[in-house]
Amino acid sequence: MSRRKTSGTFNALLSALTWLGALVMFAPIAWMVLTSFKSEQDAVSLPPKLFFKPTLEHYARIFDNDFTAFALHSVLATGVSTAIVICLAVPAAYALCVRPVEKWRDVLFFFISTKMMPVAAGIVPIYLVAQSVGLLNTATLLIIVYTSMNLPLAIWMIRSFMIEIPVEVFDAVRVDGAGFFRELLLVVVPLIMPGLASTALLCGIFAWNEFFLAVNLTTTSSTLPVFLQKFLSFGELYTAQVAAVATLLNIPVVIAGWLAQKSLTRGLTFGAVR
Amino acid sequence: MPALLVVIAVTQAPFFITAYYSLFRWNLVSTSARRFVGIKNYVDAISDPVFLKAIGNTAFMTISIVIGAIAVGTLLALGLQRSFRGRAIARTLAITPFFVMPVAAALFWKAGLFDPTFGLLGWSTSALGMGRINWVSEYPRLSIIILTAWQWSSFALLILLAGMQSFPVEVTEAASIDGAGRWITFRRLMLPHLRPFFELTALLASMYVLENFAAIVTLTSGGPAYATTNLSYYVYLEAFSAFDLGQASAYGVITLAIAIALVMPMLKVVAGIFKSGGRA
Repeated sequence: MSRRKTSGTFNALLSALTWLGALVMFAPIAWMVLTSFKSEQDAVSLPPKLFFKPTLEHYARIFDNDFTAFALHSVLATGVSTAIVICLAVPAAYALCVRPVEKWRDVLFFFISTKMMPVAAGIVPIYLVAQSVGLLNTATLLIIVYTSMNLPLAIWMIRSFMIEIPVEVFDAVRVDGAGFFRELLLVVVPLIMPGLASTALLCGIFAWNEFFLAVNLTTTSSTLPVFLQKFLSFGELYTAQVAAVATLLNIPVVIAGWLAQKSLTRGLTFGAVR
Repeated sequence: MPALLVVIAVTQAPFFITAYYSLFRWNLVSTSARRFVGIKNYVDAISDPVFLKAIGNTAFMTISIVIGAIAVGTLLALGLQRSFRGRAIARTLAITPFFVMPVAAALFWKAGLFDPTFGLLGWSTSALGMGRINWVSEYPRLSIIILTAWQWSSFALLILLAGMQSFPVEVTEAASIDGAGRWITFRRLMLPHLRPFFELTALLASMYVLENFAAIVTLTSGGPAYATTNLSYYVYLEAFSAFDLGQASAYGVITLAIAIALVMPMLKVVAGIFKSGGRA
């Protein structure tokens, strides 16, 4: 009896500790959101204020700069590259699991191996090629590089969803005499729709947050991470303003991440862990 | 296979071109034309103290970040695999740092947390009587490690939690019937089960952390005195500040070689886990 009691207390203690841990992890984000509603004086007051008169002025001021142009590029680069990735990855995954092409295993590992290469090793030629074809500083270039960046991940992830479709489904479809495209569009795609959605969300997150390629390949017509980085020179005078921009930029990705939570592990581990 | 063509064109070609460029003396700010110099760029790389330092920094920061992230991730996963009130919310909060845009995270950590006068961390150390610590300038590496490990802890948590939840309940029950305590069950049964998950987390995280760039640019710009310059950042400096494309390409090839050395065990691990889950 006494043992069960101590074990109960122990459990409660563990739960409390876990909550504490989760809150500590989240604290910087919470602090950022909180700071974004402060006036600049409140943001730098000592000791740090938990209670203050909230203001929306920083959110209103975000649009003063050329924020809209950068946001447009971000939306464009993220949206279009993700759409292309999905369109290319679905048939590719199909060819690697439902009707495997020859040496499909090698192809699959070739895809994943490209993801392992550091971008820094390829940035010089990418820059020069882009320069010679006049794509430097354009959204088109970002769409191309983000597509190739996310494609291997998407193929692996979508394949891991397709593999779960029972073989009988494909047999039945073939007996019914459906062609390749009808089979893909009318049978496979609807079955893996939730999986496709989380793949798209994950690719979207990576493209939205990408910085190295964006800062090297584009300058004026760039994406939001580059826009945000320009605040660096302003220093702590604009802490609240920085917090407001950072909060706004993270709302889409955090929501996307929360929505994709269930299949996130699978995506991040290339389908190795379900 | 249109996808295969796209991937080959965009991901493979650059590496071959990089290898080719790395054999040339090609500096955009010098007046001399591009000329073939063989392995001179590589000889220069090996004798460049900053480059060697960058390799050391990359190794040190990557290892510390991965170990830190796995340690924190394991503790959180252990807590979160139990059922308690509000567990879904706690889990969601704990994985959120991973989604935050690295530039945004770094920028706000710098201004709102690390700042010696106005930051939350600067304030709390002074409130604890440890004085105002200027994190970024006094401990630049530690700052970068804390920031990046914070984001990657969420990643470790996600994978390890999935690993713990795939541990069969029957085994836990059988063990407790046999009179095994929590610790013995964890040490003898859970840890061996989790091993591939630890390996996978470590390798995937190292792949990404190796390229850590946003945090370095934003927090320290690689300084002071190259103390936090990693390979990615050094290639960037060499190519886009010094405009020495031949030299930058040589650095890129060496970075690639180091990454490949890491990729090989990675592929083995993935292949192992993948075989047990795949159909064909």
